Amino acid sequence: MQTLTQFYTILHKDLLQELRSKEIITAMLVFSLTVVVIFNFVFDPGSAEMRTTAPGILWVAFIFAGNLGLSRAFAREQENSMMQGLLLCPVDRSLLFTAKVIGNILFIGLVEIITLPVMIIFFDLAVGRAWPLLLAILFLGTAGFATVGTIFSAISANTRSREVMLPIMLFPVTVPIILAAIKSTSYLLAGRETADIWPWLRLLIGFDVLYFFVCFLLYEYVVEE
Amino acid sequence: MILTRDLRKSFGPVQALAGLSFAMAEGELAALLGANGAGKSTLLRLISGLSRPSSGSAEVAGFDVRRQPQEVRRRIGVVSHQTFLYEDLSAEENLHFYGRMYSVAGLQERSDELLAMMELWPRRTDLVRTFSRGMQQRLALARAMLHQPTVLLLDEPFTGLDLHAIDLLTSFIEEASAGRVTVLMTLHDPDYALAHSRRLFVLHQGRLVIDQPSEQVRKGDILPFFREK
Repeated sequence: MQTLTQFYTILHKDLLQELRSKEIITAMLVFSLTVVVIFNFVFDPGSAEMRTTAPGILWVAFIFAGNLGLSRAFAREQENSMMQGLLLCPVDRSLLFTAKVIGNILFIGLVEIITLPVMIIFFDLAVGRAWPLLLAILFLGTAGFATVGTIFSAISANTRSREVMLPIMLFPVTVPIILAAIKSTSYLLAGRETADIWPWLRLLIGFDVLYFFVCFLLYEYVVEE
Repeated sequence: MILTRDLRKSFGPVQALAGLSFAMAEGELAALLGANGAGKSTLLRLISGLSRPSSGSAEVAGFDVRRQPQEVRRRIGVVSHQTFLYEDLSAEENLHFYGRMYSVAGLQERSDELLAMMELWPRRTDLVRTFSRGMQQRLALARAMLHQPTVLLLDEPFTGLDLHAIDLLTSFIEEASAGRVTVLMTLHDPDYALAHSRRLFVLHQGRLVIDQPSEQVRKGDILPFFREK
């Protein structure tokens, strides 16, 4: 019960802070919408190339916006040494990690929920009855990216050039997640059978689980000195 | 209440603490003095569990800092020149956040009591970002005392405070010590340390060179160790 209360308290605090400052969501949203709008002008309206490249553009927007948000989220925790204040509390580091991951998933997820309809309209994408699967792919891709991003933002926050260091460390490690997310999204939007999508989804789920447990175990060593 | 045995900490080739052993009893109020880089903040970080010792051990209330960190965290309150406060939350929200993290019973009453004690009651719903440095530091002390710790670690708590805030914090610290809270504070002001602490530690290049009751120490004994090398 105490663990649940602490988990909810951390999550609630992060959401309340963001609700008041709006600095993370605003930056991410402006970036992702800008990417969608700019790429919309690159292709002829309704062209086949537009639909083929749409999944890649979609994930580029989400991943780079997510990187922006992750970097800012942990930097904010460093102001006034608030992270130290959290580390001094009698709270398990794995709980702290899980709460931070969920918070980051919510922030990135909110940006995705706003950006996705804009993308669908601009790129004339036909989702049809595949909505639940598309949302599941978005969730799995975001969860994997946010999991690895949470631990790398903690590492990069202690470096001198964290804005540069975070993507350098994060993107190579998340390649399997990004690749699986793009492939399954593109197959889904191309109207392919679920059987074709499933291998990529399995890869996505596999890396999500693997990364979560590795990061879960390493977080304590990362945040403590 | 605090016990260290041959506590050592190195950062690469630099030895920040070179084998510190001392014990502090319940309710003791001690000042830790030394030049910049003497190892004062490092010592507090080791006792609070924020940093790992290279060798040696530290205990708080009989609990080993490395092996029983959760027990230690429940028993210590830490104030540094950084406040650990969330600027986008109000004073009350900050105390409630930390109170829930420490599972403080009767949180609303305890938070109200501390806000009144720190003369912050009229500003309790204001965001911390609108507070002066002195108000933030008073709130930081309220945060550190919220869970009624048995050990209070203060790392240069008076940095940037006006005289009123210093007086308020001093009386609060003395009251806490009278109430059996063990207080260890790092300071840069020997006059303040001699006047307000009952025991004096002086660190020099990671070694404890003075450990005596304050009334037995003269300012002249301390000053040679205030030159950074």
